[in-house]
Amino acid sequence: MAHYETENMSDFETVIGLEVHLQLNTKTKIFCSCANQYGCAPNTNVCPVCLGLPGTLPVLNQQALLYGIKAGLALNAEISPFIKFDRKNYYYPDLPKGYQISQYDFPVAKKGYLNIKSGGLEKRIGITRAHLEEDAGKLVHDNSGSFSLADFNRTGTPLIEIVTEPDLRSPQEAYDYLNTLKLTLQYLGISDCDMEKGSLRCDANVSIRPRGQTSLGTKTELKNMNSFRAVKMALEYEVRRHEQVILAGEKIVQETLLWDDEKAQTRTMRSKEQAHDYRYFPDPDLVPFTIDYKTIDGVRAELPELPQAKFARFMSQYGLSEYDANILVSDSGMADFFEASLKEYPQAKKIANWLSGPVLMELNNRKTAIGGLKITPAGLVELIAKVEEGVISNLAGKEVLTFMLDEGKSAEEIIKEKSLAQVSDDSALLVIIDEVIVQNPAVVEQIKSGKPNGIGFLVGQAMKRSGGRANPKKLNELITRRITGA
Amino acid sequence: MSLHQLTAHDLLDVFKSRQATPKEAYDAVLERIKAVDPKVKAYVRLAQHKPEFKGEFQIPIAIKDILCIKGEETTCASRILKGFISPYDSGVTQRVKKSGGTILGIVNMDEFAFGSSCETSCYGPTYNPWDLKCVPGGSSGGSAASVAADEAMWALGSDTGGSIRQPASFCGIVGLKPTYGRVSRYGLIAFASSLDQIGPLTKDVRDCALLMNIISGYDDRDSTSVNEPVPDYTKALVNDVRGLKIGIPKEAFVDGLDAQVRRSVEEALDLLKKLGAIVKEVSLPHTPYAVATYYIVATAEASSNLARFDGVRYGLRALPSRIRKNALVDMYEETRSKGFGDEAKRRIMLGTYALSSGYYDAYYLRGQKVRTLIKNDLDEVFKDCDVIMTPTSPTVAFKVGEKISDPISMYLSDIYTIPANLAGIPAISIPCGFSKSGLPIGLQLMGKAFDEEMLLRVSYTYEQNTQWHTMKPKI
Repeated sequence: MAHYETENMSDFETVIGLEVHLQLNTKTKIFCSCANQYGCAPNTNVCPVCLGLPGTLPVLNQQALLYGIKAGLALNAEISPFIKFDRKNYYYPDLPKGYQISQYDFPVAKKGYLNIKSGGLEKRIGITRAHLEEDAGKLVHDNSGSFSLADFNRTGTPLIEIVTEPDLRSPQEAYDYLNTLKLTLQYLGISDCDMEKGSLRCDANVSIRPRGQTSLGTKTELKNMNSFRAVKMALEYEVRRHEQVILAGEKIVQETLLWDDEKAQTRTMRSKEQAHDYRYFPDPDLVPFTIDYKTIDGVRAELPELPQAKFARFMSQYGLSEYDANILVSDSGMADFFEASLKEYPQAKKIANWLSGPVLMELNNRKTAIGGLKITPAGLVELIAKVEEGVISNLAGKEVLTFMLDEGKSAEEIIKEKSLAQVSDDSALLVIIDEVIVQNPAVVEQIKSGKPNGIGFLVGQAMKRSGGRANPKKLNELITRRITGA
Repeated sequence: MSLHQLTAHDLLDVFKSRQATPKEAYDAVLERIKAVDPKVKAYVRLAQHKPEFKGEFQIPIAIKDILCIKGEETTCASRILKGFISPYDSGVTQRVKKSGGTILGIVNMDEFAFGSSCETSCYGPTYNPWDLKCVPGGSSGGSAASVAADEAMWALGSDTGGSIRQPASFCGIVGLKPTYGRVSRYGLIAFASSLDQIGPLTKDVRDCALLMNIISGYDDRDSTSVNEPVPDYTKALVNDVRGLKIGIPKEAFVDGLDAQVRRSVEEALDLLKKLGAIVKEVSLPHTPYAVATYYIVATAEASSNLARFDGVRYGLRALPSRIRKNALVDMYEETRSKGFGDEAKRRIMLGTYALSSGYYDAYYLRGQKVRTLIKNDLDEVFKDCDVIMTPTSPTVAFKVGEKISDPISMYLSDIYTIPANLAGIPAISIPCGFSKSGLPIGLQLMGKAFDEEMLLRVSYTYEQNTQWHTMKPKI
C-alpha cells in the first residue's frame, strides 16, 4: 500500500498562486493626512477620515499611486492609464466604513512577470495584477474571551496587493518567488517588507492535479502564515493533505484554511458557501481619472537598477564570483556600499571579500543592515589598505573592524590605541624566530634536509608568540633565511 | 414687520442701519421657535454652542440634521446615530460659521434623507406651516418648514433626488440644488454619494444667491468638489429674461400631474413669455425611466454608505437578550434592526440586492447606463435652451400619513426633480401659486452645469413680477 502511494504521489503536479499584501511606506495614509507610522499607542494615529466617521470622504494620496506604478513597472506590468477605486463591502469590526476601498476591474498594474531562480533554474512567474487598497485596523482579543478591542492606527495604511498567476509548481518555488519579490520591492524603497511588523503578508492558493492534466484541481486558500518559512511549510502540509485526500478517493473541498504555526497544520476558516459576496462597485467618492504617459515615464526614469540586473553587472563588470555577487546584491544597501567603496579603492574582489566575509558576519552578529553600522565606505577602505600594506595582519584586521563598529573610530585610531600594528622590524622578529628554532630542532632538521613544508609550521609558532602581530610574510622570509641561509 | 419675518438680505440692511443687532435678531428668531415650533416641529434640537456674533453675515440659520457640526449631536434623524457628537465641522458649516452665520439649531428630515415627507424621522414628522395636517415634503422638510414658518432666516438642506426642491415647493419658499461638485460634501452624511448635493432653502431668490456665495467653492477634502471659480451670485439677479430660451419637456405634463399645479406652472410660463422669454417644446425621451434608475443607483450607494453604522464605534449598540449566532453577528443584527426605521431597511435591502453578484449587471450597471442616457437627453436640450422648466412636484403637500404606507406613490413625488440629480445639473424650485386649499405650488428650473446664475436670473425676474414669495402662512 505504501509502495502504491509513493508511486502515485509523484504523478501529481502542484499548482500554487500567491497573493502578497505590502504596506507602502508613504509619509501619510492612503486617503487621509494621518502619518503612516507603525508602533503608536492604540487609536492615537487616527482622524475622522480613517475612522470612517459619518460624513467624511477619502482623498487619494498621490505618493501611494506613484508607488503603485513603481511596483507595477518593476514587475514588468502594464500600467493602467485609467485609475479607479471600488468598494469591497463586508462587515468586520476592524473595518470602520463597512467597506474597504480597493481596485476591482482596473488594477493599477496587470499582466506582468517576475523572473526567479529556483533549484538553479531561471523561471518566469506571471503577475496577474497589482492593485492599491487601504489596510484595515487591528483587533486585540481579551484572553478571557469576553471582549475584543479595536485599534485603528493601521486603518488606511496604503497597501499594494500583488497576485501571481498559478505558475508556481512547488512550495520551494513559492519560497523563492517571495524572496525575489521582497528583494525587488526593497530595492524600490516603497516598502519595509517586514513580515514581523505585518508590512508584508502572504496568502496562498494551492491545488494539485495529475501530471499532464491541463485543467486545475480544486484549490484551497491558506492564510495566517507569518514568515516565508511558514508559507513554505503550510504549502508542503497542504500539498500532502491534498494528495492523501485524492488518493483516498475523496474530493478536495474548496475552502479557506488558517495555518497554525505551533501545531504545524491547517484548519478550516470558512467554506466556499460561506464566502463573502463583496458587492464591488465603483467608489462614488473618488472620481476616476487618467494618468498620462509622462507621469508613467517619470516613474520609470526613477526606477533603480533592480537586483537581477545588478547581479549580472557585478559579475561581468567586476569579475565577482556568483557567491559574492549574490551576497552583495541581496541587500541594496550592501550593493551601494560596495560600489561606493570601489570609488575609493578600485579592488573589487578584495572589497567583496571583506563585505561577504567579516562585514557580513558582523551584520549577522549585530542583527542589523549595513546602514546600521558605524562605518563608511571610506572607513572600510582605510582598514583594507592597512591590511594590504602590511600594517596589520589579516587576523588583526578583523579585530580592528569589530572595534571600529563598537567604538565608531577609524582603523588608524584603533590600531594605535590597541597596539595592533604588525611587527615587521627584523631585529624584533629574529628574537622570536630564534626561540622557535631552538624549541623545534626536529622540524629545522627536516627543512635543512630539503623538506620546506615545516616552514609554515614554524611561521605559525612564531605568529602565536607574537600575539598575532607579526607580519607573516616577513616571518616566512626570515625563517627561511635563518635556516637555509638563502 | 418683526425681525424674524425678514429675509436675510433685509436683515443685513437692518444691521447696517443699526436698527437691530445680530444678537437681537438671533434671540427674536429663538422666540419665534419657542412660539410656533411646538406646532410645526421643524427643529430636533437647538444648538448647544451659542454663536460668537462676529462676521459679515450674522444671519440666523437652521441646519439639517445630516450635516456634521463640531461639538453638536448629528443623527440623520435616526435612532442608530443617537448620541453621536461630531468631532469636526462639515465644509459648509465651516463656511457658514466663518461668514458669521449664527446657527439656531438642527432641523428635522426623513431618516438618512430617505423620504419625501419628513415622516420617516425617528423624531416623528414635521408639519407644513401652511396646513399643519399636511407634510412639509422631504427629506429637507425641517429646513423648508423652519424657513416658511419664520423660524429661521434661511436653512441648509441636502438634495439627492429632490430633497431640497420638493419641500421648498410644498412650503412656498425657494430651494436650490447646486451643480454636483459646486458645494463640498465633506461632512454631509452620505445617502447616495454620486447624487447628494447641499443647497440653500431661503425666503426669496436674493437670499438664495447670498447663501450660495457663502457655501460654494472648492474643498480639497472632497474629491468630487470641482475647482471652478465661484461668481458673485447676486450679480446674476437681473430682472430681464428677454430672448432667453425656456424648454418645456412634453413628457412633463402627463398623467398624475395635479390640474392646479399644471395651471399654475402654465400661468408662470405665460408670464415669462410676456416678459420676453422664448418658450420651446422639447423632449427628454428617457425621463420616464428616471425614477427607476434613481432607486437603483441611490439605494445601491446607500446600502454601502450605511454599512458603517454597525454599533462598533459610535451611536446605538444593541445586544439581543440571548446568543443567537455569535456575539459579533448578534450585535450587528440587533443594532441595525433596532437602529434603522422601515424605509432605511427597505432601501438597504434594495441596494444590497442591486449590487449582489449575478444582479450587478442587470441593475446597477444598467442603471448607470440609463443615467448616461438621461444626461445625454438634457445635454441635447441645453444646446438650444437656457433653462428647462417643469413643475417641482406633481402635487401640492399631501396629508400626514397619506402616502407613508405606499412607497411607490411616495417615490413618484420626486418624478420631476430626480433627473437633475442623475445628470448632476443645478435646479431650483420657486413659489408660483397656491391651490384652492391654500397650499403652495412650486415650479422647477433646471440649468446647465455650473450655470446657477441663469437659474437665479430667471427666478429673480419671475419673482420681481409676482407676489407669491411675500405670502406668509398663519400658524
